[in-house]
Amino acid sequence: MIEVRNARKSYGETVVVDDVSITVPAGGVISLIGANGAGKSTLLSIISRLLPAPAGTVMVEGMDVTTTPGDVLARRLSILRQDNQMTARLTVRDLIAFGRYPHSKGRPTVEDRGHVERVIRYLELEAVAHRFLDELSGGQRQRAFIAMVLCQDTRYILLDEPLNNLDVKHAVAMMKLFRRTADAFGKTIILVLHDINFASCYSDRIVAMRDGRIAFEGPPEEIITPAVIREVYGVEAAIQEIDGKRVALYFR
Amino acid sequence: MPADCEAVGRRSLPPALLIAGLGGLTLLSVVLFLTLGAKGSWSFILAFRGTKVAAMLLVGYAIAVSTVLFQTITNNRILTPSIMGFDVLYRLIQTVLVFQLGSAAVTAFDPRLRFGIEVGAMVAFSWLLYRWLFSGSMRGLHLLMLVGIVFGVLFRSLAGFLQRVIDPNEFLAVQDRLFASFNRVDGRLLLVSALVVLAVSVAVWRKARVLDVLALGRDAAINLGVDHRREVMQVLAIVSVLVAVSTALVGPVTFFGLLVANLAYLLVDTNRHRLVLPVAALVAMLVLICGQIVLERLLGFNGALSIVIEFLGGIVFLVILVRRAAR
Amino acid sequence: MKGLVLAAAGVTALAAASLFVGVSDVTVGALLGGMSDEATQVMLVSRIPRTLALLLAGSGMAVSGLILQMLARNRFVEPSTAGTAESAVFGMLMVTLLAPGTPMLGRMLVAGACALAGTALFLGILRRMPLRSPLVVPLVGIMLGAVITASTEFVAYRFDMMQSVRAWETGDFSGVLRGRYELLWIGAALTAVAYAAADRFTVAGLGEDFTTNLGLNHRRVVSLGLVIVSLVTAAVIATCGMIPFLGLVVPNLVSLTRGDNMRRSLPWVALSGAGLVLACDIAGRLVIRPYEIPIGTTMGIVGSAIFLYLLLRKNAHAG
Repeated sequence: MIEVRNARKSYGETVVVDDVSITVPAGGVISLIGANGAGKSTLLSIISRLLPAPAGTVMVEGMDVTTTPGDVLARRLSILRQDNQMTARLTVRDLIAFGRYPHSKGRPTVEDRGHVERVIRYLELEAVAHRFLDELSGGQRQRAFIAMVLCQDTRYILLDEPLNNLDVKHAVAMMKLFRRTADAFGKTIILVLHDINFASCYSDRIVAMRDGRIAFEGPPEEIITPAVIREVYGVEAAIQEIDGKRVALYFR
Repeated sequence: MPADCEAVGRRSLPPALLIAGLGGLTLLSVVLFLTLGAKGSWSFILAFRGTKVAAMLLVGYAIAVSTVLFQTITNNRILTPSIMGFDVLYRLIQTVLVFQLGSAAVTAFDPRLRFGIEVGAMVAFSWLLYRWLFSGSMRGLHLLMLVGIVFGVLFRSLAGFLQRVIDPNEFLAVQDRLFASFNRVDGRLLLVSALVVLAVSVAVWRKARVLDVLALGRDAAINLGVDHRREVMQVLAIVSVLVAVSTALVGPVTFFGLLVANLAYLLVDTNRHRLVLPVAALVAMLVLICGQIVLERLLGFNGALSIVIEFLGGIVFLVILVRRAAR
Repeated sequence: MKGLVLAAAGVTALAAASLFVGVSDVTVGALLGGMSDEATQVMLVSRIPRTLALLLAGSGMAVSGLILQMLARNRFVEPSTAGTAESAVFGMLMVTLLAPGTPMLGRMLVAGACALAGTALFLGILRRMPLRSPLVVPLVGIMLGAVITASTEFVAYRFDMMQSVRAWETGDFSGVLRGRYELLWIGAALTAVAYAAADRFTVAGLGEDFTTNLGLNHRRVVSLGLVIVSLVTAAVIATCGMIPFLGLVVPNLVSLTRGDNMRRSLPWVALSGAGLVLACDIAGRLVIRPYEIPIGTTMGIVGSAIFLYLLLRKNAHAG
């Protein structure tokens, strides 16, 4: 369980995360949606202790993220931000293997190697595993980064716009993988998503943010409605139900 | 630019008043430099200090004009010819000359002839080099600067290498005569340098309006019907001559041009070269002479001027660079 | 692994050559025959120390460059493009002026402390530049170095110390004798520490977020790296002077083929650094016998030529 209490963060005059409190139960896929600048990424960074919040507390399974030793937390929670620029020339396999660092501290065991190979297989990266990151396409690189985080094998996985740079095929495969990982291994996966239809089709819960606050929270049926979308994005959308999933049409 | 600088720009003086004021201050500083703390024979002091002050005026002028021109054709206010390795190139050419002809032959030359050969070689070589750098894919400014700096190190090391190869003992003997500093100005070069600078200045003055167009950037200049490539190459040649003059007289000064050019941009709020160039030149002369007066007469630090300039100019450069990169 | 053995063999061969190149002729025969005490003396007092110094300084500087590149997350950073070397020279000057009696180790530590401060300042400036292009980073470093050098030279000029400053600024191994190079062993020990912590530096090279995510204290990794880099640089400058661009070109060339996983690339970087310095020094000893060209000059040519190649090549495909 992740509990955020009264988190607040501002840049200068602008309050980005405004007194947010939220409880995320363990297990399942949770999507964070909201317009640009609503505070989604900042909230994710605060939860994952990448960004120290000046006010409020974040507890992950009862551990305060600001005081828990980094390596303990790294075995419980992993985070991937968007826009990961890399100057180091690493092979895909090396990068993914670093996901095991919190567990083996750079001395990989047989079990660690097994993890690495399994993740490479899951993400269909076998063909490029030996290549350097700077030789890959944006989509392949993004999948390698996600692979590293998955390889970390933590109970909580936080991903900021993981579908960036992915084509439709890979985006769908990625969401399915998240779904499977959550269902089969009981992981908690928190995603920041821009595509509300992906959020609708694959999430257990959706958290919608607006102006640094949590505006709505609930299962997709409650969130993917014209009223909520109008509130959150300021856009008119028609909602259709296709194969039992709610899909928003907002292209008009 | 921060708000206070803009304020200065908006409140800037009428051009004529500005130039007159700067000119007056410069004149005053020259008089001060010549007379302050003078003891003994006036004719000796005036001759000795006169050479020095003339060199400083000339060098300040050459550096200011060459920097402004260079910044105009590169459309960038943090480049200077020295950052791009121009002055080290001059030293390399000097060294190659000694290497090829032998120190005896070179020192036996009339310095004016030697100077002529060196300037010629410099113009030809830098022209080739920078034509290559500025053409084609070398668009990225930071790459250009970095390449220039590394070329500088390469030139310096090559010069050092040749100096050792020449025969270390022989080279030491000619080194002093070849490499000048603010305190060791070769008087014989002054007149010929002044003539060269004058000739170049006439060319620059006649080009002033084209320069205004060049400052708009390559695409705009071509759109306005300027033969961009030809003009840039001509300006590069002029810059080479001016750098050769200042390096021959006092040696390399990396950041000084940057300092005075940016001061000039603060003082005038226009891009018109007929105003920017004189202001930059006057500022340069004023700063050089005042700096020398303060250091030499008041603090007693003889010959440290170029080091202080380097320090201040370097800081200005860093501030501009960081501020630009942060934007 | 096989490649590493070959590289080690190459460096050994160069080291052996370095033992027998110099003004006074020392041959294997003379040494083995025990005929000439003089030859043995030259070996023990000058040649062996010089060769060891070359090996240690070369590998140390190359590894320092690699670490700095990881910490600054920039390909073109090394001790002489990050203010490190210039600050170390400043420190040497200060300790020589203010406490002339300080033993070598003390001087090196002061220089190391200054180098640490200078490099930390550099990294601090970088942090203030959120949108930085990769090429502006070494520019800032070089200019910071120029500013520090200007202050050094101003002080040196006032106190007539330009000669010493020049010596620290230009690498030269001709003065290395027994008893005057041993500081470099500290550098070797630090290089070993760097190898032990190689994974941490690779993680730091992935960025602060990645480092935190993997449970490492980014600040601590950076501090460790800075201490290693500063002390190695200070030791090298105190012993033989600055070796320009070595820490830049060697890691870059290794990275082209071996990548940046430091656990794997560090031995290569150390060996190649030692090999390159040895080769440059031997060449410098041979070209104008019986005179020498200092390594600062030869490395200046070789290093800047390779640097230019790297820059223009990068431009060719990265854009």
